[in-house]
Amino acid sequence: MSSDSASARYPARRRRNAIWLGLSVAAAAIGLIGLVMILVVLVWKGFAGLSVAVFTQNTPPPGSAGGLLNAIVGSLLMTVIGVAVGTPLGMLAGTYLAEYGKYSRLAMVVRFINDILLSAPSIVIGLFIYEVMVAPMGHFSALAGAMALAVLVVPVVVRTTEDMLNLVPNTLREAGSALGMPRSLVIQRIGYRAVRAGLITGVLLAIARVSGETAPLLFTALNNQFFSTNLLRPMSSLPAVIFQFALSPYEDWQQLAWTGALIITLAVLALSIAARALTATTQQK
Amino acid sequence: MRDEVAAQKPPSANKDKVLIRGLNFYYGQTHALKGVNLDLYEGQVTAFIGPSGCGKSTLLRVLNRMYDLYPGQRAEGEVLLDGENILSPELDLNLLRSRIGMVFQKPTPFPMTIYDNIAFGVRLYEKLPKSEMDARVQSALQRAALWAEVKDKLNASGLSLSGGQQQRLCIARTVAISPEVILFDEPASALDPISTAKIEELIDELSGDYTIAIVTHNMQQAARVSRYTAFMYLGEMVEFDETNKVFTSPRDKRTQDYVTGRFG
Repeated sequence: MSSDSASARYPARRRRNAIWLGLSVAAAAIGLIGLVMILVVLVWKGFAGLSVAVFTQNTPPPGSAGGLLNAIVGSLLMTVIGVAVGTPLGMLAGTYLAEYGKYSRLAMVVRFINDILLSAPSIVIGLFIYEVMVAPMGHFSALAGAMALAVLVVPVVVRTTEDMLNLVPNTLREAGSALGMPRSLVIQRIGYRAVRAGLITGVLLAIARVSGETAPLLFTALNNQFFSTNLLRPMSSLPAVIFQFALSPYEDWQQLAWTGALIITLAVLALSIAARALTATTQQK
Repeated sequence: MRDEVAAQKPPSANKDKVLIRGLNFYYGQTHALKGVNLDLYEGQVTAFIGPSGCGKSTLLRVLNRMYDLYPGQRAEGEVLLDGENILSPELDLNLLRSRIGMVFQKPTPFPMTIYDNIAFGVRLYEKLPKSEMDARVQSALQRAALWAEVKDKLNASGLSLSGGQQQRLCIARTVAISPEVILFDEPASALDPISTAKIEELIDELSGDYTIAIVTHNMQQAARVSRYTAFMYLGEMVEFDETNKVFTSPRDKRTQDYVTGRFG
């Protein structure tokens, strides 16, 4: 109670503060050092192999020159299809959770399962698609790869959509309803609009997440050393090529793997920056 | 209590717009409105006053069925708008809300341009050519005394306006779809005194053309803007009369205690 005892404990408090501060800084530093080292090595090794040929030539047999064109196109194609399929599903499900079902039993079950999906190992999803698509079709296909990515996109988009719509103040919904707007319009024209940047950010993050996925593609799209845009045939992708080439004993393949890894990282970095910029602009409003 | 209040109906030549009879309201198990009777007269301003939690906002939210958005809230009794019971489950809520507009405590501009904030509501009911829509937007903004301030930036975001301007934008938006009744839920409690004065002036100008109900915590405000005042306490309608009578010669002890500032 008295100020004497309070000041007597002051040095102890300061000491404790210093210890916690030290531990936190150390933990942050360890994490950061690891990340920086990975990035530095990646840029160092990847940059060396960067050339026009990487973007214009297909993956070569060992010992000859080549690039990553088929892998880049494959990755883009499957990611775009996966996101195009997964985003509407995720948005609608997230909308149900935030707007219609909120406290219903179904919503709670969906939310719970979605959380599990969100952290499910992606290899499980690859196996699932293998069972339901690849096995019945009898062969690997880009379509199966895209669907595996779509399954990964859904939980991310469900979560961000629900979280974002929960940020829409109820007063805004009431204001819309008070004008005689049907619920669906309130959601589309006011709800989505109020958190548009957040929703787009969610999709960008989903793209970032799936564009580096390897495991689900190995079981579905497999790989293809030739250029292909046939969705019913195996297709190459950057992660699969990186996986294959990095494990190979050939130095030129390893070099391409580094370069591919750098390309993915830069793409994800660009997406993250875009997402941040978007969030920043909304917060200013 | 019910008969007593019904008997209190002020003698006047007023035409009834909304008749509330035996209204009970429940938030789940909580009985929030207890046998409320009240008349809203056409073209007049009626203020709902009373201490926090007395049910005045609840009453207001019954009038446009806003409570329907939330599960577990229900109303029993009769609320007649031009003789039609709006509590009827068959009623088209969107149509009802086009006839009974609402302005909220916190300004709630939509995340769109000033122009669209107003045009949006109009488009729900009418398909107007651009020139007519422009005229409608302008007249609504003029009605809300906002035109002069925003006429050069109709394409700016509604969120870029000040709080008082936002609230007037919300009034303009409500007026634009030509409702018959406008409900104000403490429309000035989040605003500075100058903006408050503007809103009060506006309510005064709108009366006559619209039947107005306003919930307010501010008794001076009730005295300034309303012709009739309803005092509520613990979910009951204690007293309803002409505003000057409620404030100068209340019949109920509770009303007197409240308007003289003894509690609330």
